[in-house]
Amino acid sequence: MYPYIPNTKDDERKMLEAIGIDSIDELFKDIPENVRLNRELNLNPSMSELEVSRYLTKLSQKNKSINQLTCFLGAGAYDHYIPSIVNHIVSKSEFYTSYTPYQAEMSQGTLQYIFEYQTLICNLTGMDVSNASLYDGGTALAEAAFMAANITRRNQIIISKTVNPQYRQVLKTYGHLQQLEIVEIEDDGGVTNLEELKEKMSDKTAAVIVQNPNFFGIIEDLKSIEEVAHSEKKTLFIASMNPISLGILKKPSTLGVDIVVGEGQPLGISLQFGGPYLGFIATKKEFMRKMPGRIVGKTVDIEGNVGYVLTLQAREQHIRREKATSNICSNQGINTLAAVVYLVTLGKKGLREVAVQSAQKAHYAFKQITKSGKFKPLFDKPFFMEFAVTSDISPSEISKKLLSENILGGYSLEKDYPQYKNGVLYAVTEKRTKGEIDKLSSVLEGII
Amino acid sequence: MRKYDKLIFHLSREGRKAYTLPKLDVEEVSIDELIPSEYINDEELDLPEVSEVDIIRHYTNLANKNYGVDTGFYPLGSCTMKYNPKINEDMVQLDGFKNIHPLQPEETVQGALRLMYELDQALCEISGMDKMTLQPAAGAHGELTGLTLIKAYHENRGDTKRTKIIVPDSAHGTNPASAKMAGFDVIEIKSTEEGLVDPESLKAALSDEIAGLMLTNPNTLGLFEREIVEIAKLVHDAGGLLYYDGANANAILGKVRPGDMGFDVVHFNLHKTFSTPHGGGGPGSGPVGVKKKLMDFLPTPTVEKDGDRYYLNYDIPHSVGRIKDFYGHFSMMIRAYTYILMMGKDGLNRVSDVAVLNANYLASRLKDYYNLPDNTIYKHEFVMAGLKLDLPEVTTLDVAKRLLDYGYHPPTIYFPLIVHEALMTEPTESESKETLDEFAEVLIKIAEEAKNNPELLKEAPHYTPVRRLDETRAARDPILKYEG
Amino acid sequence: MKVLKDLYYTKDHEWLKVEGNEGYIGLTDFAQDSLGDIVYVELPNVDDEFEKEEAFSAVESVKAASDVYMPVSGRILEVNEALLDEPALLNEDPYKNWIVKIELADLSQLDELMSSEEYEKYLEEEV
Repeated sequence: MYPYIPNTKDDERKMLEAIGIDSIDELFKDIPENVRLNRELNLNPSMSELEVSRYLTKLSQKNKSINQLTCFLGAGAYDHYIPSIVNHIVSKSEFYTSYTPYQAEMSQGTLQYIFEYQTLICNLTGMDVSNASLYDGGTALAEAAFMAANITRRNQIIISKTVNPQYRQVLKTYGHLQQLEIVEIEDDGGVTNLEELKEKMSDKTAAVIVQNPNFFGIIEDLKSIEEVAHSEKKTLFIASMNPISLGILKKPSTLGVDIVVGEGQPLGISLQFGGPYLGFIATKKEFMRKMPGRIVGKTVDIEGNVGYVLTLQAREQHIRREKATSNICSNQGINTLAAVVYLVTLGKKGLREVAVQSAQKAHYAFKQITKSGKFKPLFDKPFFMEFAVTSDISPSEISKKLLSENILGGYSLEKDYPQYKNGVLYAVTEKRTKGEIDKLSSVLEGII
Repeated sequence: MRKYDKLIFHLSREGRKAYTLPKLDVEEVSIDELIPSEYINDEELDLPEVSEVDIIRHYTNLANKNYGVDTGFYPLGSCTMKYNPKINEDMVQLDGFKNIHPLQPEETVQGALRLMYELDQALCEISGMDKMTLQPAAGAHGELTGLTLIKAYHENRGDTKRTKIIVPDSAHGTNPASAKMAGFDVIEIKSTEEGLVDPESLKAALSDEIAGLMLTNPNTLGLFEREIVEIAKLVHDAGGLLYYDGANANAILGKVRPGDMGFDVVHFNLHKTFSTPHGGGGPGSGPVGVKKKLMDFLPTPTVEKDGDRYYLNYDIPHSVGRIKDFYGHFSMMIRAYTYILMMGKDGLNRVSDVAVLNANYLASRLKDYYNLPDNTIYKHEFVMAGLKLDLPEVTTLDVAKRLLDYGYHPPTIYFPLIVHEALMTEPTESESKETLDEFAEVLIKIAEEAKNNPELLKEAPHYTPVRRLDETRAARDPILKYEG
Repeated sequence: MKVLKDLYYTKDHEWLKVEGNEGYIGLTDFAQDSLGDIVYVELPNVDDEFEKEEAFSAVESVKAASDVYMPVSGRILEVNEALLDEPALLNEDPYKNWIVKIELADLSQLDELMSSEEYEKYLEEEV
């Protein structure tokens, strides 16, 4: 007997009788003999909760968490403060054990929070419409590229190398499927090279893609980039943005961005070794019907009561099949709810404070670390909450020394940017204290 | 239960606060000294101001408007809405799993890598494949990944003629959508009267332009493709590869494995077969398994073992690249692995036993009232072609809406497309005989209502918070956000 | 199902009204009925050129979506913008509410289309 399988042998007997057969085996007799497994699966026998829990707890203890190590690592995933209330709401089983809200009458809870999520993303970015979320920042960027190719009927995508290397890798994999030409632009002192962009733009360009703040933490001059991107009439301007940075930086809608994408992990989602996270996408009204993924809309029922439904479904796979805007069949569900709760918990003043504190602390850390000259700034550009420094010491040595002091150091850049050998990218969020930052800089200072 | 109609924005009042943060403890510098003022947004953010009390009450009231597996039965065909064990949720909360950064040095995350490796091995054993990638974020994403691998395989052989994928007309919509997204053209083949793949139609469609065939077995009608060995041979002889959509794997756990049936690439839906929660739409997880011939193309990184050390392998000779950020949905992997450990080889075998028994039992109770083919052995699901009585004005939609009045989530409706007025039902092994009996009795009652009192169905639902929402209006004049 | 005389018809349920070397294209009554409440019509741009059987438009309902194909090759002269605000017009009167006006590229292609009688027969037999 198993806790998740209620029917007993007695139930089984009654059911077999009702069907009119002698054993369950008869229900599998149509499986050809020559493919049947005919042996036990080579797995552990069933276990009790205590045994499973003991085993997995032991495994978890072989990891060092960011509660044991002070985290100065970012590069696409961030250690932000998650208000207690988030976990309590996403743990409600009416939310997390429910199905996709195709049957609207039974899913008004889910549909409504998605509607709130769409609203919040639009309010944060200034864009007209948002969908119910995509898998993560990288795939959201790839989907935006597909969208642009579809809208403009062109197949060239120009992307700055200051965009997260993982996102560019995902774009490359996806782009190959649809024969998109991906053109990467080198960085110019840590920012998008405008001259090269001007050179590469043509009437084949479907979109120009940048990230803000970029992978190096630097705030790009989106206004100037937009002028170049839109110098070609049809070309779309796509920006991947950190949602926390929108607590302080200008909204992309005011900067001529056509499609905004990004990684929503900083919005109340734990690090979880990389996933599941939350991709967001928002765009202008004219591109609404070209957006991939689920969308929730407001409507009324037959009694005139306000209600919410999945809408514009004719774009999606279950109706349009091979003509769908994308094959995506899910959104990030419970992660979307986490982002909603995070955003409304922090609210108007809170998100700003998180952004400001992160920026203040990052700049303080920068000052402390580069004070003696042992570590030099890699770039000379304004940054938000991540910055890169370089030195004569190898990043692996730095990492080792920091770990020995229970500090999780920054990201080594040379794997993705060989020209920045010994460059390390540090992230400082509102969670870090002055004490922690002082300790980081003193340990770094002490390395020989 | 009180009616609750508010959006969180309606609760916003100036000055209310739900968060707390420590005061800034580093020396404060004027913001425009840190960031040029032309980049800064001087306006107030357009976010609500509410208290923690407001938030908890609001979302608790929303939760009360929802239905989950924890509330009741979800007979949705093809979704495998089985119970989500609570120990899974506890394991996800372990500090050493929840709070680790994906880019930490590998020596600090050996436990996580080991879990991934062991899950990989377990899924290989269950599927009969040689190696998994745990990276895909969902079933559809798994399909896209698998198709990307098939494409790479042919390209690597220098065979650029294979631009088409065959899909049966009974297939789930993601199959052709994924094929199209992967850059293939889609050829649809007609099923037999029974709803199975027709080897003759397949033969006619096969050529040197075919990259592969996507199948699910059992198929979307809950029937096992008995000719699978012949189908596999036909496809392989024509130079194509065979893709297994694992949506229906719950029916065959421990009985037969896709790898042994001749499939070259497989995806599993952890949120179906392996009990991870559906989350109101996600996150899912769609690991993909391959035979040796496709291993060189797997997305980077995979998880490997060298002695006692686990590591991320980026050195895959002809890798298709990354298909998503980082390594996949780790928290879903924890849940699925917890489930596999709890159930073990005997439990998983019992899953398919009871899933199939429950489906056949429920079908036997309904066959006099709903259209079902005679003398059919189902696997884990079955499809009714509407009411047995010939009542053209009473549709499957009406039956579904009336089920809401009895407190049930309806089965999947109007899918698969090849069945008229389809009601696709999958009870899963989580349901007891009493639940199935009660459900059958309600469906029988509804069939009788359809005959004697059809307005009860046409005007249903009567008791839900909203009734028959105007979807046309929502699509004609989309309102996708709150405007205040 | 309403079928108007003096129009040309295609197997994909489009109709074509010819006036000299110009024509109007729309959906038949059968098409709008199958789709259900139409919620959106995607229109091409004026001066776009399409080949016979190429998709020049798409029509969406709540539960389905359909491409609309050129019965003959041609160039778009006008698009019916009223359909953008009121897609329901296609349901109300699919023959009065045309989708595009075209200039025909090759009048001989008309021979390949069905007459109203042939289309009626086609509806009875095939569909």
